[in-house]
Amino acid sequence: MKAVKYILAGIVFGIIMVKSEAVSWYRIQEMFRFQSIFMYGIIGSAVIPGIIIIALIKKFKLRDVSGLPIQFLPKDRRWKKYLFGGIIFGLGWAVTGACPGPIFVLLGYGYGVMLLVIAGSLLGTFTYGALRDRLPH
Amino acid sequence: MLSLVSQTWPWWVSGLAIALIMTLLIFFGKTFGFSSNLSNICAMLGAGRLASFFHFDWKKEQWNLWFLVGSVIGGFISVHWLQSGEPMRLSAATVADLQKLHIPFDGKLEPSAIFNWQFAKTARGLLMFLGGGFLIGFGTRYAGGCTSGHAISGLSNLQVPSLIAVIGFFIGGLIMTHLFFPFIFN
Repeated sequence: MKAVKYILAGIVFGIIMVKSEAVSWYRIQEMFRFQSIFMYGIIGSAVIPGIIIIALIKKFKLRDVSGLPIQFLPKDRRWKKYLFGGIIFGLGWAVTGACPGPIFVLLGYGYGVMLLVIAGSLLGTFTYGALRDRLPH
Repeated sequence: MLSLVSQTWPWWVSGLAIALIMTLLIFFGKTFGFSSNLSNICAMLGAGRLASFFHFDWKKEQWNLWFLVGSVIGGFISVHWLQSGEPMRLSAATVADLQKLHIPFDGKLEPSAIFNWQFAKTARGLLMFLGGGFLIGFGTRYAGGCTSGHAISGLSNLQVPSLIAVIGFFIGGLIMTHLFFPFIFN
């Protein structure tokens, strides 16, 4: 069963999100008010090892578990979509205190109102998909 | 052993753990990026018939949906078996700021004053949860990723577009927190 390893990885991710308190509405407020190093520390201590790990994977041309070379696709070099989309997401992140991963982790934690956030996010994603050709990218 | 997990984690442990999840998915031949699941679910529900953007084989992205299922279970496990019993240590300045907005700090993960159905059923509650969710879904797909895809995976791969997206996340977050919050929570 291929699904099992991804479910297990997801479980570990969910536990990390809760124990790190990165799913907390309070922590996101603290971050956007620059009142603690906490969330910046989490992001920084994920990204710095991340940079080293990816650099090593590239340098030693490592392969994944199925033996295929690991490739990193560069993101396309436009800027409007990243900035505009980023700002819109940031507005939603601050008000709900959750990004897409934590929305689902919090549902499992027992916050039933996250169902509304999930419904909204699916509607938002669908609306983007429908309007895509009319938006500046 | 269990108490090692259930105690409150220092932030650097959390950060390292997130980097390890990203690395694990890389070695599985995948990319750490959660918001793609929102597209996957739209496609799964048949949105491809209404918008060509969702015209892709979501079954190829099934692994990420399993990851999502796991994350829900992870939240469930955490609340039932991995509680530290200690209240969160939020900065005093944040506690004071939120008090002014009539959102008391109760030491839990989410403020009980807001995260309940009674508030969710009010106009402001609907705006916050449904509207906030809409912004998340629209914005992440527009930007091509969320915190995991851009702030973690993208920055780790030194992608300038991801840096632009992360700057956008902060512009949006700061506008919401400092300009809109006084109107929403008053």
